[in-house]
Amino acid sequence: MTRMLRYVGQAAVLAAFVAVVGYFSGNPSFRHFPEGEALLKVSFTHGGDRKVECRKRTREELAELAANMRTTLDCPRERVELRFEIDLDGVPLYQALLPPTGLAGDGPSRVYERFALPAGPHVLDLRLRDSRRSEGFDHVARKAVEFAAGQSVAVDFRGGEGFRIR
Amino acid sequence: MTALQRVLRPAFRRLDDWASRVFGAAWNPLHNLGALGFFFYWIVAVSGIYVYVFFDTGITEAYDSVAYMTEDQWYLAGVMRSLHRYAGDALVVVMVLHLVREFAYDRFRGARWFSWLTGVPIILLVLASGITGYWLVWDQLAQYVATATTEWLDWLPIFGEPIARNFLAPDALDDRFFTLLVFLHIAVPLLLLLALWLHLQRVSRPRINPPRGLAAASFAALLALSLVVPATSHAPADLAKVPTVLDLDWFYLGLYPLLDLWSHGTVWVTAAVLTLTIAAMPWLPPFRRPAVAQVDLDNCNGCARCAEDCPFNAISMERRTDGKPFDREAVVKGSLCVSCGICAGSCPTATPFRRAGALVPGIELPDSTLVDLRDRLDRMADAAGQQVYVIACAHGVRPEALRRPGLAVAELPCVGALPPSFIDYLLSRCGAAGVYLAGCAEGNCHFRLGDTWTEARLDRRRDPGLRKRVPRERVRSGGFEAHQASRLRQSVEAFLQDVRGLPPQEVPSARQLGARLGRAREAGGTGSP
Repeated sequence: MTRMLRYVGQAAVLAAFVAVVGYFSGNPSFRHFPEGEALLKVSFTHGGDRKVECRKRTREELAELAANMRTTLDCPRERVELRFEIDLDGVPLYQALLPPTGLAGDGPSRVYERFALPAGPHVLDLRLRDSRRSEGFDHVARKAVEFAAGQSVAVDFRGGEGFRIR
Repeated sequence: MTALQRVLRPAFRRLDDWASRVFGAAWNPLHNLGALGFFFYWIVAVSGIYVYVFFDTGITEAYDSVAYMTEDQWYLAGVMRSLHRYAGDALVVVMVLHLVREFAYDRFRGARWFSWLTGVPIILLVLASGITGYWLVWDQLAQYVATATTEWLDWLPIFGEPIARNFLAPDALDDRFFTLLVFLHIAVPLLLLLALWLHLQRVSRPRINPPRGLAAASFAALLALSLVVPATSHAPADLAKVPTVLDLDWFYLGLYPLLDLWSHGTVWVTAAVLTLTIAAMPWLPPFRRPAVAQVDLDNCNGCARCAEDCPFNAISMERRTDGKPFDREAVVKGSLCVSCGICAGSCPTATPFRRAGALVPGIELPDSTLVDLRDRLDRMADAAGQQVYVIACAHGVRPEALRRPGLAVAELPCVGALPPSFIDYLLSRCGAAGVYLAGCAEGNCHFRLGDTWTEARLDRRRDPGLRKRVPRERVRSGGFEAHQASRLRQSVEAFLQDVRGLPPQEVPSARQLGARLGRAREAGGTGSP
């Protein structure tokens, strides 16, 4: 192979290398989200009530405890699982039992869900049970939302404020 | 060899051969993949430091500062940003090629497990470095990468609160988040550097710098790309909108579309299985582990040449334990030895001329002893004195390809395992007309450095060198890939013609040959020359 041919070959290899680098550095394009749809994100972190109600320790029970452990109330740490439901335009969209986190089951329950929805007006019914009750819900909200194509709407929940659209 | 290696190895051999013809063996990019990886890392580091000078940490400031670099100061900061991206992409390309090539050539088993295993976290750290970099721009691509990554991480039940909640809505994010990201984007590459250092710990004389010409040409090519196609950003991130169409950097983000197609759990399991499979490959069948080099203290004078020449730092020189009047003795760390035999080739006591006692050098491979080699060569001896001996590397062209009258072929694990005194022996005692050393292709020695040390020994630049009395014109060497049998045959044929044109060698007497053949028969051979 002549020297000139080798130089040409070297240039061609390097050009091909950077062409591959340059092309795949931004091509081909990738459609991550469908056209004409909007994104609903539902996420919150919330601790339910204790699974068992606190009770007052008897005098005898207190006496059996070490002096530094003698608190009058006996409160088991475990929390209830949350019951969470979403209806979209009257149709169930999401229903879940959210267990408490932590090894002892005493952490807050958490949820993070994404839903791709057709753009347009929608009504969201949000229901959350965070107490020891077995029927019904402790927090209920109805939100009317106008979803634009490509819009991202977040639904959050805070104990004091209830459900909110962000 | 696995089915995949059967496909990949011939392909790489041809590519190697072709690239060596275009670039020359020293500049062959495939022989320098690791070194090129280091070079691209340094380009990324230097350009990153420059870009960091102009970078602002803040939700809007991050994007604006990158836009300033790209548009207002395109001629320097913009070029640096592009170099930062493209050199990072090039790093992924050479890293993957390096991995696949080492796999294809089966250079990851036995003592090489350490370099292979430490390469696995390097892959993950390179990807993590790039991904954290894409977050910093805080454009729509960054928003997508940040959201997809944190949603994927949240699948693991180890976070108290979902990390993805940081990107729930525009008011969820604050400037401090970018400070954390900058920290990550600096810390992870530093960890990568540590991993790279570890990766080379069991390799002697690692090449971490490519030849200057190749480095300059690669840099010029990346610079040209940066000028012609500058790196740009997407629209600014907006957590109230969903990024829809994205120009992904497929080198770093190529697996992200899987997160849209599969559940996060499936992607985790796939990534874990893939990573663990790659990591476990040195211990997967087919198992083969040839016996490692052994030191014979009676013949070791502690010269340290074997330790100097070992390509994997498997030999150390320790305090003498046998009371002999030498300071040190060679000690082989079996776990590091790849059984190449290069140590035997470097041993000054490995001389076939030895008359007193058996031919046992200070160090050699128990499966490929020098006494066995001498007996094999003796059996091939030709009283006519017109024979050429070919000493062939077991990882190159198969010896069967060279069967023809006038040629005697002996195979060694590596041509570097041949002590130069054997060449002298063949020419002066076995009646050889010439000796041809057929090693691996230049720069692609299966065991590393075997070809380099052989050339240096033949040229008397490295001990033990070829003796001055050996006529250099009767010794030739060449490097060939395993598929280049015809090229090797042509080269040997030309050598054969050349040596036949030389004045006749002094032929050993029938008595001398007979004595050696008798010794070969006693050793269990046929004794027929």
